[in-house]
Amino acid sequence: MKLTLRVWRQRNPDSPGAMATYEVDGISQDMSFLEMLDTLNEELILGGDEPVAFDHDCREGICGACSLVINGDAHGPERTTTCQLHMRSFQDGDTIDVEPWRAAAFPVVKDLVVDRSAFDRVIQSGGYITAPTGAAPEAHATAVPKPVADTAFEHAECIGCGACVAACPNGSAMLFTAAKVVHLNSLPQGAPERESRVLEMVGQMDAEGFGGCTNTGACATACPKGIPLFSIAKMNREFVRAARKRG
Amino acid sequence: MALDTRTDRRPSFAGVLWRSTVGKKTAMAVSGIVMLLYLVAHMLGNLKIFFGALDFNGYAAWLRTIGEPFLHHEWFLWIVRVVLVVAVVTHAVAAYQLSRRDTAARPTAYSHRRRRASYATRTMRWGGVILGLFIVWHILDLTTLTVNPRAESGHPYENAVASFSTWYSATLYLVAMLALGLHIRHGFWSAAQTLGANRPGLDRPLKGLANGLAALLTLGFIAVPVSVLTGVVS
Repeated sequence: MKLTLRVWRQRNPDSPGAMATYEVDGISQDMSFLEMLDTLNEELILGGDEPVAFDHDCREGICGACSLVINGDAHGPERTTTCQLHMRSFQDGDTIDVEPWRAAAFPVVKDLVVDRSAFDRVIQSGGYITAPTGAAPEAHATAVPKPVADTAFEHAECIGCGACVAACPNGSAMLFTAAKVVHLNSLPQGAPERESRVLEMVGQMDAEGFGGCTNTGACATACPKGIPLFSIAKMNREFVRAARKRG
Repeated sequence: MALDTRTDRRPSFAGVLWRSTVGKKTAMAVSGIVMLLYLVAHMLGNLKIFFGALDFNGYAAWLRTIGEPFLHHEWFLWIVRVVLVVAVVTHAVAAYQLSRRDTAARPTAYSHRRRRASYATRTMRWGGVILGLFIVWHILDLTTLTVNPRAESGHPYENAVASFSTWYSATLYLVAMLALGLHIRHGFWSAAQTLGANRPGLDRPLKGLANGLAALLTLGFIAVPVSVLTGVVS
């Protein structure tokens, strides 16, 4: 495959960036999108140019490190992470636009790498339980109904990649925050901090400069883990309940 | 981690809500539903125009007597007006503040743009502005009669017919009612989502209800100027 890439290049957080055009040849359909970028970088290095910086880690679709907005879609055209996106999703001769996550709360570090530590601070503000859990508890000690366990697990699947923020027209982190709130607030282990968790996490989310939710639904469409839009409704319910209890 | 053993002051429910994006949306959802309920009553009342001038003017006069003798003449109407002004102001202020925030949250736009939302969702902000301006015109036209071509106090039937007989008034009304339909189409479902009422089994019924309400209100309101223009009501 022969492709034309338009890639966002930015030397550092303070310098202005721009889209740069590159031609890559000899791309196999079986390559992942990141392997295609590796190929581009090898050529750039051999030519004495600076390689394109991009985030990646496990390349198995489970760590949430890779990002990239490809042709306007977070993680590209398939509903998966960029590392699990393969070049067979593109046609020979395509022009592909590659941009970083765009959000005030995710400043660009270099090229396609953004600083997602705002997510870490949202988690630190309440995405945990305070009970010392020790070793695995006796399974029958606290019964958790199957549907509740399923809901918690469905939301625990969030890998914190930030695709929801990148896809949202308002750069909102509601789906990310909702995933953790619903995950922990559904379970008995999360019950002691049920109110403080949602209030603190929403407060931190707002403080980081993420936008508000306009129920567009773009986040849930982009989420590689399929966190449902209903989680936001559930977090809204938890928030008002907590505000009433505390106020 | 260290927890405070005692806090000086418990934050108020309203304060906690208004300071957060989630709470501001809650305020928008509640004020939106208040306005929606009013619109349903308003639309049904408007349809009395098809029973003739006597019925319609009698209905308008009766509105001023609701709650008597407990309430003084027109008090009920004024209570409704105050509630509506509070709802409109809350809705608009929250929308303005949230929109400012939303724009600031994406300082650099994507160069490869994609339309991610439905037409109704994308037009919420400007549609809301159109509706706000229309309300001002509508009150000047049919409540205070400032811009009404007939402006005969106590004769709403004749005033409405006179107003809708002009091309500009009828056009403004039709455009505003289409904007209203779009606004409710996204707004009603969005309010349910914001208030946490949406869940897997309810999503389709709620969207259906939103579309139904939007169509019903738009058609119900549009029926009046269309009938005047076609000569059914004169």
